[in-house]
Amino acid sequence: MQQPNKLSPFFENLNFERDDNTMVINFGPQHPSAHGQLRLVLELNGEQVVKAYPDIGYLHRGIEKMAENMTYNEFLPTTDRLDYIASTANNYAYALAVERLIGLEVPRRAKVIRTMLLEINRLLSHLFFIATHALDVGAMSVFLYAFREREFGMDLMEDYCGARLTHSAVRIGGVPLDIPDGWLTALKEWCDKVDYELENTYNALLEKNRIWKMRLENVGVLSPEDALSWGCTGPMLRGSGIAYDIRKEEPYELYDELDFDIPVADTNDSYGRYRLYMAEMKESTKILRQLIDKYGETEPQLMAHAPQYISAPKEQIMTQNYALMQHFVLVTQGMRPPKGEVYAPTESPKGELGFYIKSEGEPYAYRLKCRAPSFFHTGLLQELLIGTYLPDVVTIIGSTNIVFGEVDR
Amino acid sequence: MRKYVPKDNVQKKAYYTDRFHVVPSVPTQDVSTDEIFAKQLDILSSKVEIKSAYIQIGQMRVEINHQDNYRAIEILKNECGYEMLSEMSAVDYLAKDGTFEIFYQLLNLKERKRVRVVCRIEQGLAIESVVPLYKSANFSEREMFDMFGIVVNNHPFLKRILMPDDWEGHPLLKTYPLQGDEFASWYEVDKIFGKDAREVIGPENRDPARIDRYDTKRFSRVGREVPFGADISGGEPETPIEYSSTLLVDYNASQTQLKNRK
Repeated sequence: MQQPNKLSPFFENLNFERDDNTMVINFGPQHPSAHGQLRLVLELNGEQVVKAYPDIGYLHRGIEKMAENMTYNEFLPTTDRLDYIASTANNYAYALAVERLIGLEVPRRAKVIRTMLLEINRLLSHLFFIATHALDVGAMSVFLYAFREREFGMDLMEDYCGARLTHSAVRIGGVPLDIPDGWLTALKEWCDKVDYELENTYNALLEKNRIWKMRLENVGVLSPEDALSWGCTGPMLRGSGIAYDIRKEEPYELYDELDFDIPVADTNDSYGRYRLYMAEMKESTKILRQLIDKYGETEPQLMAHAPQYISAPKEQIMTQNYALMQHFVLVTQGMRPPKGEVYAPTESPKGELGFYIKSEGEPYAYRLKCRAPSFFHTGLLQELLIGTYLPDVVTIIGSTNIVFGEVDR
Repeated sequence: MRKYVPKDNVQKKAYYTDRFHVVPSVPTQDVSTDEIFAKQLDILSSKVEIKSAYIQIGQMRVEINHQDNYRAIEILKNECGYEMLSEMSAVDYLAKDGTFEIFYQLLNLKERKRVRVVCRIEQGLAIESVVPLYKSANFSEREMFDMFGIVVNNHPFLKRILMPDDWEGHPLLKTYPLQGDEFASWYEVDKIFGKDAREVIGPENRDPARIDRYDTKRFSRVGREVPFGADISGGEPETPIEYSSTLLVDYNASQTQLKNRK
């Protein structure tokens, strides 16, 4: 560490002049390919990376500290700001952790809606990945097409919860709203559209594209051992040939009733991961279609009945005195989960998103730790980038699909 | 009398707690109820001293001595198949008994089991790094050092990760206020303009919800708008509110958005 004084002030930047032949460059934090606020200090020998040092923290907002000073329900909208590409996945992971802590069973209709929202968010995130990854590598048109479909998906989210990016569409104990009229039809149409575009636009543009293949094949090769050791999850892990999907292995919500496959790529490179993302999107539309059929069979209850923790439905609050009192206490004081700790892993679009909550029986969590997949994927960069060339750095960052909201928290 | 605020834990407290409130606990099960966990605990307890072990919400929680952390996790990795370290961090119990609780969240992919290895460490002591076992601990341990100030022995590159290198204090300690401390409020002023500018600029406002009643440069009261920067310490005149006619759209009339899309 530097010893700053009046004559030589503290410099964030490293020394750029060196005695050997290598050159140190700053990749970011404002580089458009750095997917947000990643500052990557690269030591280059010619164009080859000798040393890579990911410097993070430019988007650090202290979300874990905030969680300790907010009641459980207050904190939920803050989780939107973690992985802002698919915020319902964060809301859900947090809600699931709290529900497990208080031992709550969610009504079936809420489960169907939640699973739908999670899969829509997975599609939103994967479409975003295809778009930006292709844009980083140089295929501008894919970006435009994928964002078109993503926009329709965000319209669906907007019709459901009123927000496009920061959804807060899940509550602890259920979901706040039922599905609006005509939404399921629109969802079905969107699934058809995504399926069609996947095959006829993105795949047609990229799958056999010579440049795309040259840029992605054998770039960012991650062996299964390294993937495990670096704590890689989600597509990064499955892209290295390890079929571990929390939806399948440790099912939550309705995933144990649904019929879907876990695609795996064993080429270990960026191209394999790209194909994995495409295959996962097809699985997601398959899941969504099954869920549309499941929705009709459910009872209309949306929130779990647990007066100690969850407010009664609005009609009851407005008509019944006791429900109003309970609601007042829950809003002003907050719910008090029992003393204990929980770690609830979920499969977010980026990987394993889990919340560790330590409760001391207070309305404020004693400690909340957010296990963000992108944090570990960023850590991996310091090893994965060594020996690659500068243009491949962009491909690899795109391929890891990191989002800085959840890296820095 | 001023309300007493404990200095060793500035975390927000419930403003009211029922006198008869009894804190319930999350139910725990004995490790013997789960075959796989019981077998793994046997392997572990033959080599490392176990302080306590139980299953809570489907995951085993094993408490060990902090000197044994590397040994215990090595056994879990090599003999019990815990191939991934999903997460590790600490919990601050300094105000209660002067210790940190460090937890390692491990995952066994083949048997789909998760175990949490927990150890208590006094303030000022260092913990052994598990980076030789799991590379993911590299970033996690740095984050723990950054957030709690717990030094990790034999870590390849123990440096702050989220906060700037020249930051003072460790933000996730219970003694650290939510809005940041004195150092935090001067950090950017000192760094960008120098200490001499402190008097001119003043401390940084670290409360995002703070509104200065007489600040007419950043805020204006609806219905009482005044020119930019005007002095309103003597009160401000009321201006009638005018509504734009374009706002008067009946959004509840029909679901046009959906229909248009179809």
